Amino acid sequence: MNRPIVADYRLLAAAGILSLFGVAMVYSAGQTDTPTAVASVYKSQILWLVIGLGFAYAIGHSSVRFIEWMTTPLYLFSIFLLALTLVIGKGAGTAASTKSWLAIGSHRIGQPSEIAKVTVVLMLAKVLASQRETPKSLLDLWKPALVVIVPWVIIMLQPDLGTGIVFIGIFFAMLYWAGVAWPLLILIASPAISLILSFSVGLWGAWFFILLALVLWYRPYLIEGIVLMVLNVATGVVAPLMWEKLAPYQQKRLMTFIDPTADPRASGYHVIQSKVAIGSGGFFGKGFTQGTQKRLAFLPEQHTDFIFSVVGEELGFLGVTIVLALFLWLFLRITQVAERANDSFSSLVAFGLMSGWFVHVLVNVGMTLNLMPITGIPLPFFSYGGSFMLASWLAVGILMRISGEGRGSALSLRR
Amino acid sequence: MSFHPNDVARRARMSSLALTIGFVVLIGAFFKTQVIQYKQYVMQSEENRLRPIPLPAPRGIIYDRHGEVIAENLPAYSVSITSPNVDSLRSALAQLQPTLQLTQNDMNLAIRRFRRAPTRPTVILPDASIDIVSVLEEHRLDFPRLIIQSVPKRYYPDGPMVASFVGYTGEISESELNDPKYASYKPGQQIGKGGLEKQYESILHGKEGVRFDEVDARGRPVRGEGPRPDLNPEGAPPLYTNIDLDLQKFTVGIFADSLQGGAVAIDPSSGEVLALYSAPSWDPNKFTGGIPVDYYKQLLEDKRRPLVNKAIQGRYPPGSTFKLATSVIALQDGLVGLKEHMPVPCTGGYQYGTRWFRCWEKKGHGSLDLEQAIKHSCDTYFYQLGLKVGLSRMIAGGINLTMRDKSGIDLPEENQPYWPYAVKYYNDKYGRNWSNAETLNLAIGQGANSQTVVNMAKFYSAVSMRGMSPRPEIAHLIPQRKQIFRLSSTQDSVLLEGLKAVLQGGGTAAASAIQGLTLAGKTGTAQNPGGQDHGWFVGFAPADRPRIVVAVLLEFGGHGSRAAHIASAIIGHYLKVGPIQATMDEG
Repeated sequence: MNRPIVADYRLLAAAGILSLFGVAMVYSAGQTDTPTAVASVYKSQILWLVIGLGFAYAIGHSSVRFIEWMTTPLYLFSIFLLALTLVIGKGAGTAASTKSWLAIGSHRIGQPSEIAKVTVVLMLAKVLASQRETPKSLLDLWKPALVVIVPWVIIMLQPDLGTGIVFIGIFFAMLYWAGVAWPLLILIASPAISLILSFSVGLWGAWFFILLALVLWYRPYLIEGIVLMVLNVATGVVAPLMWEKLAPYQQKRLMTFIDPTADPRASGYHVIQSKVAIGSGGFFGKGFTQGTQKRLAFLPEQHTDFIFSVVGEELGFLGVTIVLALFLWLFLRITQVAERANDSFSSLVAFGLMSGWFVHVLVNVGMTLNLMPITGIPLPFFSYGGSFMLASWLAVGILMRISGEGRGSALSLRR
Repeated sequence: MSFHPNDVARRARMSSLALTIGFVVLIGAFFKTQVIQYKQYVMQSEENRLRPIPLPAPRGIIYDRHGEVIAENLPAYSVSITSPNVDSLRSALAQLQPTLQLTQNDMNLAIRRFRRAPTRPTVILPDASIDIVSVLEEHRLDFPRLIIQSVPKRYYPDGPMVASFVGYTGEISESELNDPKYASYKPGQQIGKGGLEKQYESILHGKEGVRFDEVDARGRPVRGEGPRPDLNPEGAPPLYTNIDLDLQKFTVGIFADSLQGGAVAIDPSSGEVLALYSAPSWDPNKFTGGIPVDYYKQLLEDKRRPLVNKAIQGRYPPGSTFKLATSVIALQDGLVGLKEHMPVPCTGGYQYGTRWFRCWEKKGHGSLDLEQAIKHSCDTYFYQLGLKVGLSRMIAGGINLTMRDKSGIDLPEENQPYWPYAVKYYNDKYGRNWSNAETLNLAIGQGANSQTVVNMAKFYSAVSMRGMSPRPEIAHLIPQRKQIFRLSSTQDSVLLEGLKAVLQGGGTAAASAIQGLTLAGKTGTAQNPGGQDHGWFVGFAPADRPRIVVAVLLEFGGHGSRAAHIASAIIGHYLKVGPIQATMDEG
């Protein structure tokens, strides 16, 4: 089990710098004029980082085969934990009304959904890798779909829209990486697109004709085609009813996304203050720990969901560009790792983990500028939170191992 | 599974491209927000954290003509609070109520002020006592949003003595806030409410300054020192008036507490108002920072009506003082010769048609010329003079002599005098049921004629200045004079001689003569159907080179000789000549 590898220093450096940067920002987030409990959370963040590094080190010294062997039990265990949240779950922070936290009594232990993000990627990779043929029809996809749908349903029941979005993002990215043709991906996504477009009859109608053309061109099985069209009609019609079903805070969040100034003192307030914080940072920022929006508590959730706004306010456009460049560097490196991976399982795992992070960054950073709805998903390596930090470094460990075993690595050359 | 290296490489290329595009779009969005829209967001973040605290400007000091202070500012403390919403203000007020001893009215006022300007600190107590302030300072930490400010408070060292013209200040009212004239004003600000304070508000109010407090998201101040330099309030320039405070105080002194009425002293050459008083007066210092209810009630219920300004608002029939106007109208139109006697000599009255019009002198004056008629104020003479002039010419003449116009004194409260607009006035009022006897009434200053004290002072200024009528002015601006009549010098001197004779042996105000000073003037009695007659005197001195015109009206003062006493004392004081000790006798 203890097989040394030559570390992928580029990957390690990108993740390490981002984490240290993140801890520094969590520290800064606690520096407010009226001190709050946030002032000391950077200490636990450091602790979680150290534990995460330990996990990463351990996994880095295991093997991809061992990880693959562990995949099914880990996946099932994480499903069990997720299901448990529905029974004894607790809410916290921005999502106080949800049940995403696993808790014993009043003591919150962690968010199983963060771990599930990793295990779902592993399981999905395993299932996809085990299929000899590239899925060509919707029916071929029932297995991988099931892997995602089970935890997704539980998470939507919690309910945690943001994590749900991440799962969907991972699913599509991995199907793409597995070679599923893009028209098929669009067909899979079509009911969801219908759902979104259903609010405008004209747009939905246009979409429906495009879809029809796509179906005729791609020619799936007849039944599939019919089911697909029926599903699209159904979601298009059902969507408004679904809207009624959404929790009021979810409706509010979606409405806020559409027009944050509609209710500036309530849910739109977060986004407006975040934009003001970022915009007032200017090119060089107000200086580390010096952000007035943050110091004076105008910026909400400054250590979790809106930590990137602190980066924007205090370090300016320069700091934002550096952080985003680091993320891009990391993601491009992981793509390279996925490309050079030894086998399809490793390759899919690497790409899946990267795509999960990418969705996080895109949605979280986009949210601070009101380009994305407030879904409450954290920024990897930055947002304060033990489970996510742990899960992220778990992923880094897996990636290090895959990279180490991959083609062109020192280890593979030595072999 | 399609994991041919070429396929994977192609997907990796596509993914890298998608990732790069995604990040470039994000960075672009940040560039737009942080670099292009930077200024807008900086402003918003400054607005967030900086709470402007208005610093009231001291009002302009009001001086008399010798540099004595009429109105100044003293330091006072105002207590105000910032609140995010009405509910928060309500609960804060409820918390503060025991300490500040707020009445329900105070609280309602504060809530109304907040609704008007929610972003400004809401004034709770405009003028807090030092006791309340020290208690609040002790509990400063309990009320972090409370603002205790030293603010200038209006103070009138001579209080009631100057109230008649200086007016008072107070918090701007709802209706004033709705007035476009006060568009730039904010709730809680002090504003001139009457007199000079109101008339010259735009000059006196100065420019409010701003201090910036840094506050957190809940509106609590976080740092002591100013995060941005204060904009200091700009005090208004002083207002120099023509008032002679010494003469004003002297005037107040003669009225004492027993007499009620109005007095105006004017420099006839320029129209400068030297003194203006309405007795009894009220204390403007008590009005500053909210009129106490019981004090206001007391003033309202006072039968002497202290809130009616008897110098500029009260309108009284001018009585015999008007005979000068009748004379001027007749002389101007050449309707009477200087030595001409009226057809019917005075035998104590005049028979007109079926009615007997009495002269005040029952014994009669005999046959008089104009000068003698003025001296003795002979009604019989003026009845006939009026008939010579005729109603229509009489009315037109009065209008030309500004009997229908406000004097134009720079006080906002002045009332317009009553004088018929034309003969049509009588038709409109009585139908056809009136007789030419109205002419007789008008000729002796009765009938449809009521004048303010200040307007009579203005008319006599014109009389003393050969028809040049000055606009009475308290604050020195540009003197405005207008020729309202033109007489020959002989005509003028006859009028002057007549007026001088009033204060000489046998004249109606002979008892008010001053040794070493030639006074000229005219007494009058305003018939008062509701009680004792009002007494008038309007005069000037020195008669040949007049430096002061004084008009005095004593309510319920009976005959004008008592008013003449007051006027002559005022004139004597101003010209530094002691009055002759004389006995009061009706003349």
